Amino acid sequence: MDLYVYPEFEVVRNEKKCICCQACSRQCANLVHSYDEATDCMEADDSKCVNCHRCVTLCPTKALKIVKSDHTFRPNANWSQATINELYLQANSGGVLLSSMGNPQPHPSYFDRLLLNASQVTNPSIDPLREPMETKVFLGRKTPVPPLEANNTTAVPEPYNPDGTLKTEMSPQIELSMPLMFSAMSYGSISYNAHASLARAATQLGICYNTGEGGLHKDFYQYGPNTIVQVASGRFGIHADYLDAGAAVEIKMGQGAKPGIGGHLPGKKNVGQVAQTRMTPEGSDAISPAPHHDIYSIEDLRQLVYSLKEATGNRKPIIVKIAAVHNVAAIASGIARSGADIIAIDGFRGGTGAAPTRIRDNVGIPIELALACVDARLRDEGIRDDVSLVVGGSIRSSADWIKAIALGADACYIATGALMALGCHLCRSCHTALCNWGIATQRPDLVKRLNPEIGTQHLVNLVHAWQHELKEVMGGMGINSVEALRGNRLMLRAVGMTKEEMNMLGVKMAGESA
Amino acid sequence: MSKYVIIGNSSAAIGCIEGIRKTDTEGSITLIASEPHHCYGRPLISYYLEGKTDAEHMKYRPDSFYADNGVETMLGENVTGIDPITKTVTLQNGNSLRYDKLLVATGSSPRVFPAPGMDSVEHKTSFMTLNDMKYLEKHADQRSRILIVGAGLIGLKCAEGLKNRVLSVTVVEFMKQILPSALTPKAAARVQAQMEANGIHFYINNAVGEYKKAPPASADSVTLRDGSEVSALLANAESKYPDNTYTAVLKDGTEIPFDILVLATGVTPNTALVKDAGGTVNRGIVVDADSRTSLPDIYAAGDCTESVDVTTGETKIMALLPNAYHQGEAAGRHMAGAAAPFEEALPLNAVGFFGMHILSAGSYTQDILLEEDTNEYYRVFYGEGDKLTGFILIDKYARAGIYTDILRHGTPITEALLKEPGLLPFSRECRDEILTQKGGKN
Amino acid sequence: MKKIYVREDWCLGCHLCEYYCANANLGGGDMWKNLKGKAIRPRIRVEGDNNVSFAVQCRHCDEPHCLKGCIAGAISIIEGVVSIDQNKCVGCCTCVLTCPYGCIVPTETGVMSKCELCVNNAGQAKKDKEGGIVGFIPACVQNCPNNAIVVEETEVTA
Repeated sequence: MDLYVYPEFEVVRNEKKCICCQACSRQCANLVHSYDEATDCMEADDSKCVNCHRCVTLCPTKALKIVKSDHTFRPNANWSQATINELYLQANSGGVLLSSMGNPQPHPSYFDRLLLNASQVTNPSIDPLREPMETKVFLGRKTPVPPLEANNTTAVPEPYNPDGTLKTEMSPQIELSMPLMFSAMSYGSISYNAHASLARAATQLGICYNTGEGGLHKDFYQYGPNTIVQVASGRFGIHADYLDAGAAVEIKMGQGAKPGIGGHLPGKKNVGQVAQTRMTPEGSDAISPAPHHDIYSIEDLRQLVYSLKEATGNRKPIIVKIAAVHNVAAIASGIARSGADIIAIDGFRGGTGAAPTRIRDNVGIPIELALACVDARLRDEGIRDDVSLVVGGSIRSSADWIKAIALGADACYIATGALMALGCHLCRSCHTALCNWGIATQRPDLVKRLNPEIGTQHLVNLVHAWQHELKEVMGGMGINSVEALRGNRLMLRAVGMTKEEMNMLGVKMAGESA
Repeated sequence: MSKYVIIGNSSAAIGCIEGIRKTDTEGSITLIASEPHHCYGRPLISYYLEGKTDAEHMKYRPDSFYADNGVETMLGENVTGIDPITKTVTLQNGNSLRYDKLLVATGSSPRVFPAPGMDSVEHKTSFMTLNDMKYLEKHADQRSRILIVGAGLIGLKCAEGLKNRVLSVTVVEFMKQILPSALTPKAAARVQAQMEANGIHFYINNAVGEYKKAPPASADSVTLRDGSEVSALLANAESKYPDNTYTAVLKDGTEIPFDILVLATGVTPNTALVKDAGGTVNRGIVVDADSRTSLPDIYAAGDCTESVDVTTGETKIMALLPNAYHQGEAAGRHMAGAAAPFEEALPLNAVGFFGMHILSAGSYTQDILLEEDTNEYYRVFYGEGDKLTGFILIDKYARAGIYTDILRHGTPITEALLKEPGLLPFSRECRDEILTQKGGKN
Repeated sequence: MKKIYVREDWCLGCHLCEYYCANANLGGGDMWKNLKGKAIRPRIRVEGDNNVSFAVQCRHCDEPHCLKGCIAGAISIIEGVVSIDQNKCVGCCTCVLTCPYGCIVPTETGVMSKCELCVNNAGQAKKDKEGGIVGFIPACVQNCPNNAIVVEETEVTA
């Protein structure tokens, strides 16, 4: 007999208000709710509840709430309830624990211990409603274009033409109305309607979304100018038209939620249009290897970067995305020298559709520190302008976004926040593929719960709201363009940090003058 | 500017006015009707007796209807002739009226089968008009014993309407079942049982042989078939008309005492005006889908006409309100130059008796496609293969119109549809047309 | 003129529209107070299951069979809305027999009811800043969790 694990959540139904409309039972893909005809009552099987709030949200009389069970083991500061339950689950299954979305552990947040500056007296603040406030940014190499030969790693680009005039030809750039993008989520890990929402919203907003490694559904080629197409270790769905369709090509080396490991879309999910889009046999497991098997060095990476540049006629900037790991600064330096135009770094709180729990919760480093040290390293080496830096991994609000820019990011990637705008309630059950919100599922009856018209609107609303906040904060600082905020660490002060932490972030203690 | 003249003031006439005004808001409309009332829902007279409606709510259209539609009314006037050459109608008062387009919506009159002694019955009426209803309202009370001859819709609705106003209601029907023209014997038996359970007495497959102005020989001879209590009540009650009590002697010798006689033995289309003017008339006035008669610029609609039953292809008189309206409207539209022919006529009846609802349509001559006979409800569908030709639904009738629509358009029927009417069994394209189209599919 | 559309692709078959409809037509307010323990009589009906489902309510036909067949003259088009005067209706069910979409349903008292786009439901009034009523939003439209029922103003063509 299996070791018993008590349900984590309890469904609390206000019987006075429940009218047995059965919306909850119809909407729960986990089959928690059921109607009992004999008693004319709704019943709930707590053990199946993942606390996604679908029933709570739809209940027309608001008769439902989900509470965390107060059932307890003998209190133990060392052995937490979750640890004990996970141990039992593994004793039962013998398997690796699986989780999804971002790291939920109470690791310290540096964003929360950074505070922003504002103008007082000696410098005027700006009212963004009355004065222009530039949020547009371009991502890509800002320095002159190096010779195209892939093996030329040493030639310093000559900034002048033989006649003495300045070279003005720029490397290809991504133009964004604001320094924000939706990060990579593959078609397969999320639904067609989720992709449709992201693509349409990115287009309306003048920003980009990212295909992830699952290829690009033929319906979404129309959003190409606002699409970043990804090339990952599985090389799914990649062909010439795909590479050409986007505004940029991203090579995915790693992911913040699961650095060092690959991906695995089970055969039962790799069906229909998902398989077609991935260009894989229907029903086969779609496995993304942990490494790219043709990339074991920066030189190998350079081969791929230049292959992709050539394949796209040198018209698309190339992004290399890595997870934030211990020696991220050195790796980033290598990437900058590989010819990549943009480096994307994904912090350890970044989300995923499925990852081993222990890896998600314990591998990688916070994005704030990774960003600060990469920015510093590239500056130190004089190659900061050769690349743009994009960071993600739990940008939860415009405050995190603004702080990241001040720490040196050219733009931020958001995904978890975007999914929440689509309805995600962070139940972290994506790996079950039974997403009640129609996001992380391929079951048609669930997928249609996400109407892209609504999804698009919510995304547009969210990003517009953040843009307003960005402008207000910049205005308060007396800054009227994102360019002037980027890397402006004087706009940041630390509270509750050690000297080393402040050094690493390159920020002063709150109270310390400039 | 066209001059429209309409003879009649019921649903066909109203349909015609509304049909004309869809296109022609200018032309003059004159409406001539023998009844001196604002248009009223003719079938509502039984509901009035029953207390479910009143004179105000019986109005078929609001008080302002004629004014709103620019209609000049001549109520209480009779038309005596039509001259299709000079395009005039002659009124009983000697006046005549020119028309450009004329609608004859004269309806029908009660058909009476005389029996010996009938003339001597003082209180007798048909049950077709407001005046008939008022007559009953005036004369029938808690002591009245009503004899209704004819168990068609009119007779039975009259029975229901009177039931709680009077002492007793007895219905005599010549045919072997009630509602012979609307229902199958099996469905009719069910309705009869319902009415009997509510105190209506029936003599089926029988007829009145003679009316006598005398009480029955003795109380014992009153043999109502469903219980002595009633027969004693009947015999012992102090009649309102002690001196005038009549007895109907049925063909089988049964004697039924009564005070008021309602004759509901069918109707005859009022075709004389068109016939005399030289128009083609069979049993009813012959019209096409635009309600045109054989005479130029003369249209006819409603109970005085005959039309093609879309479920059988037969030409017949379908004296039913929805058809009358549609015919009238088709006439009006054609008159005004924006023809919208009505080609979907079919027998169609929704009627209720003491809480039981009977919805039926089409014909019952084909095979039975499905029959469900339970204590709660009865449903039967007729047709051939995947073609539905008729149905009867008793007490389970939700979304019955979907079946009617199938009859109208000859849509193939499926097992799933017969079991449960809905849009699900139709194709996605068909549903989209219905659910996303502006103003319905029509 | 208002028209209501049902978009099958987005219908989830949750049946919530039926409950919001029933509640709105009982005067609105707390749904559980109106509907607890009662069989609902919605004027909208969801057909189908999780995979294929859609709501059906009165299409507000330009040429309504129900209106033309009504023996009591109880049905009329009021500003584009096919409406039943329940004081005139005698419950004969002719409209049930003639509506091609099955959208007329009897009330508890036996008279007929149908979707009237909530124009008579004060609780569904749309108000401007001063509190003046500028229109009505049908309860089904307002509460559909997936915008599967939408209402659109269309030009009145004379």
